[in-house]
Amino acid sequence: MTWVNVVVQGVLLGAVYALFACGLSLMFGVMRIINLAHGDLAVVGAYLVWLVADKAHVSPFVALIAALPVMLIAGYILHVALLGRSLRGGPLVPLLTTFGLAIAIQNTLQEAFSPDVRSLGAAAGWIATASWRISGGLAISWFGVLILAVAVAVLGGLDWFLRRTGLGREMRATAQDPDAARLVGIDARAVYARATAIAVATAALAGAFLAIRSTFEPLSGPTQLIFAFEAVVIGGFGSLWGTLFGGIVLGVAQTIGGHIDPQYSMLAGHLVFLAVLASPRGRTLAARSAWT
Amino acid sequence: MTLLAVEGLDAHHGLLHAVRGVSLAIAEGDKLALVGANGAGKTTLLRTLAGAHPASAGVVRFDGADITVLPAHRRVALGIALVPEGRRLFPDMTVLENLLVAGRRARPGPWTVDTVLDAFPLLRPLRDRRAAALSGGEQQATAIGRALMTNPRLLLLDEVSLGLAPRAVDTVYESLARLIATGATVILVEQDLGRGLAIADRVVCLLEGRIVLEGAAAELTRERVTEAYFGLRGPGGQP
Repeated sequence: MTWVNVVVQGVLLGAVYALFACGLSLMFGVMRIINLAHGDLAVVGAYLVWLVADKAHVSPFVALIAALPVMLIAGYILHVALLGRSLRGGPLVPLLTTFGLAIAIQNTLQEAFSPDVRSLGAAAGWIATASWRISGGLAISWFGVLILAVAVAVLGGLDWFLRRTGLGREMRATAQDPDAARLVGIDARAVYARATAIAVATAALAGAFLAIRSTFEPLSGPTQLIFAFEAVVIGGFGSLWGTLFGGIVLGVAQTIGGHIDPQYSMLAGHLVFLAVLASPRGRTLAARSAWT
Repeated sequence: MTLLAVEGLDAHHGLLHAVRGVSLAIAEGDKLALVGANGAGKTTLLRTLAGAHPASAGVVRFDGADITVLPAHRRVALGIALVPEGRRLFPDMTVLENLLVAGRRARPGPWTVDTVLDAFPLLRPLRDRRAAALSGGEQQATAIGRALMTNPRLLLLDEVSLGLAPRAVDTVYESLARLIATGATVILVEQDLGRGLAIADRVVCLLEGRIVLEGAAAELTRERVTEAYFGLRGPGGQP
């Protein structure tokens, strides 16, 4: 029963990683930008939710609903003002831009909010702590199930958006051949800005869930970025369901490692990631990087 | 009425001066064949007209408006569509999706998924197949159909027969001939002189980025075009 519990907790943890990863995967898939500030944008989302919840005295869930449109707009502006310009400078410039952005965000957050560790768990109330006790060794937290449900809904919704809607088709077309997309009337810059907006909003969602589930501070971003990146690689580029799978594999690997010995938790996740990279599948990752 | 007017157009590929001082005028309903050897600047000229390549000097007017610096997607909205060299379909999207994505911001007009599939009946059974899994001829038909979905007033066709089996070229040209008979305005780049002359009513021959010969297709002999094509005679007809 203990092992069932370990796997179940791993799946729930993996849902958080998948939620972090889907925006990273979207930005890389659509415009080949590896957004090194993705984790930090998630932390910005967490602070925004914290700020709204604190000032307006509302539940973090209500604050999150208010914060998401703000982050959506912020993402759009981020692309138009910064990333879109950097894309003109070749493939290396966007990477350096997001690296710089990550540092700027971390330091601004430290300046504004101090390095204190915070959590939204207490403000979220009973839902953050309630759980179903299935048996002695197995308890499933309500909030974990909520995150899993949201992750499935967000990734499934994005997949549906990309496949079934006109805007989504434009996004896939631009990802596959931006030059040809312009020739059929698609404004590639607007498509890129929309993709960044969606990515930043999902990052904020993941950041808020992280903040409710555990703790956050101004420097929490890079760790989340690594987990998100690993989830994307394990699941394979170009598939949102793959990203969900990758997040869950990473989560289960970490909880299994952690069950054997608490200090193996991170290590086990990294080892699975390295194993995927070294496998024959890992070698074809770059070739399969376009969104389908 | 002049639909497209080009004056003194220059375009560069880095240091290469690919298009030099080209001036052209195309009226509604014209069918112009652009011929010339490899590297004569035909593709660059078409891409510059479509907005996919920047002009370094000169003016392009479409329907009276200066569009020289307009980006490609805005030119599509005005009614210029390019079928690019190498077809450039979205490989992981189906035939239907390739058509739909082009039709999304289309000008109002006669072309819809249904009319395109009527014009290229070979595509009807393939509508749910991935573009990458099509044969060359099927891809070319899809590429032309995709351009038509934007309801262009001016259709630019770049090397539609390149890399296709002779039978596939026949099929594509049969559809093109029907399309052209409806009064479409077309600029066609073609390596195959015979095909170009058969379909066009005017011929422009480029050599090293310059227009060296221009005339009505009916009045030009194959020999004169060939001479201009290889630069055997100067523009004035002097050896």
